[in-house]
Amino acid sequence: MSILTIENLSATLAGKRVVDGVSLTVGKGSFTGLIGPNGAGKSTFLRACLGLVPASGMVRLDGVDLAGLRAAERARHLAYLPQERETAWAMSVEAVVALGRLPHHARFAAPSERDRAAIEAAITRMDLSAFRYRAVTSLSGGERARVLIARALAQETPVLLADEPLAGLDPQHQIALMRLFRELAAEGRIIIASMHDLTLAARWCDRLLLLHRGRAHAEGRPEAVLTARTLEDVYTVEAFIGAAAGGLIVQPVDLSQKKDEDDHG
Amino acid sequence: MTIRSHFRTTLVVLAAITLALFLLSLTIGPADVAFSDSLHALFGGGEELLVLVMQEIRLPRALLGLIVGATLGLSGAALQGYLRNPLAEPGLIGISASASLGAVVAIYTGLSALFMLALPLMALAGAMLAVLVLKAMAGVDGRPLTVILTGIAISSLAGAMTSLVLNLSPNPFAATEIMYWMLGSLTDRSMPHVWLVLPFTAAGWLLLFRLGRALDALALGPDAAASMGIDLARVQWLAVAGTALSVGAATAVTGAIGFVGLVVPHVLRPLVGAQPSRLLPASALGGAALLLCTDTLVRVIAPDRDIKLGVLTAIVGAPFFFWLVWSHRRAGL
Repeated sequence: MSILTIENLSATLAGKRVVDGVSLTVGKGSFTGLIGPNGAGKSTFLRACLGLVPASGMVRLDGVDLAGLRAAERARHLAYLPQERETAWAMSVEAVVALGRLPHHARFAAPSERDRAAIEAAITRMDLSAFRYRAVTSLSGGERARVLIARALAQETPVLLADEPLAGLDPQHQIALMRLFRELAAEGRIIIASMHDLTLAARWCDRLLLLHRGRAHAEGRPEAVLTARTLEDVYTVEAFIGAAAGGLIVQPVDLSQKKDEDDHG
Repeated sequence: MTIRSHFRTTLVVLAAITLALFLLSLTIGPADVAFSDSLHALFGGGEELLVLVMQEIRLPRALLGLIVGATLGLSGAALQGYLRNPLAEPGLIGISASASLGAVVAIYTGLSALFMLALPLMALAGAMLAVLVLKAMAGVDGRPLTVILTGIAISSLAGAMTSLVLNLSPNPFAATEIMYWMLGSLTDRSMPHVWLVLPFTAAGWLLLFRLGRALDALALGPDAAASMGIDLARVQWLAVAGTALSVGAATAVTGAIGFVGLVVPHVLRPLVGAQPSRLLPASALGGAALLLCTDTLVRVIAPDRDIKLGVLTAIVGAPFFFWLVWSHRRAGL
């Protein structure tokens, strides 16, 4: 039973405390949506979990302090999908997916059977067999996103952290991606993904963590987190929140009339 | 796997071309000698004068062409991969300019006339100074943009100082000597130059070849690479130190030779599936082949005019680059 425990995580960038004492405990099989307005600290929270920015606090997987691990070892526990999807060179799809195996084999070692199997599984799962030898730079945005997810899957980690994986995808690809994350969680992984689409977050995630100014404003089941009150407080918008088959529908409709007290106080 | 064997074939073909051009470089020159005689003389057989020509003039020249060309190709590929920028080349991070400055100061002060190795040693010192500045400025996180900007600042400063030295040079002869040195050439180098350049370039190559995996991962961006266990600070150190050692030493004995480090990785990239780790050995071979070829052309085109190697690489390289930009633009439309 894998449990990811994030305790009192804080990160300071250029003198500003961007993430401020956030704690979260998630077990395997969970798909957590990380929501909050622009600048709330979602990306920095994910990067702090990965050790990509200097941070204080503790990130543990089954009791093991991840900050204490060597970088390659940590990469066998946590996979990361950054927001940036540009690939610098016209490498083949297969070569990009194979990068996911870097933390697993020694320098200059040829890929093992296990490496090949993981690459094949990721390519098949993301339905990339037809593109295998194509250059990633020649693919459409949706196809490219699939290649990068396959790369992260080939890493075969118990935890996947994704930064705005829905950005720039059409509704069909967005829903397919949420479905995939849900499946991956059901297979026993821990998924945390930041996103702005509150309806998709409500329908597909089993938990939400709402960040506001670097702090955890609310955390729990989507219905508990996504209330008119919190949306007004955090996003300063009025929202229509309705129940529909399969989950909530959250549609911001106008700017809130109520002024955010903190802005004046 | 088919792609893997394709890569091996590419390397074998490049190695064969390099070897052929190396032999060509050994056997072409003002002394008109038959191919077999010159190879025989290379190993100490035959006429005494010819043995001297082969061992003391042709061999160091061909060896330097091989070493310096490989250095320029390899470091160009490594820097393009590290900086994720197809326009990167060894000159970009200020190593060549500072090495040149060191050499120019050696000529200006007359040290180079006092003992032969003063010039290359001063040039190496210049390159190392550039590395210290790069390290101090670039900080610990190893982000490429800071390295590029610092490199441009170093290049500009070293260029300005070189102009100042030219400006202050006591007589036209010193100025001419400096100008000619800066054009870049393999003429009149000897075995001590080879022995001087070899340890530094070998050390630099070793560092640059260790970059392969990291450069592949960096194709997806610094954050993705770091999340796959790549230590960005170490990558920066390998790229900068490897370039400084190898290109610094190369510039120290041949002067600044442009375009090889820029053009060779560009041409070879499609042949290795654009994978940065595979581009390293391919570019090293390609650079060696291009420099050996150009250095042979220098001797064939105008044997008595001493056209400088650096001039010819730029004359050949620049139009080629026009073509490259043009074809890229067409592909992009």
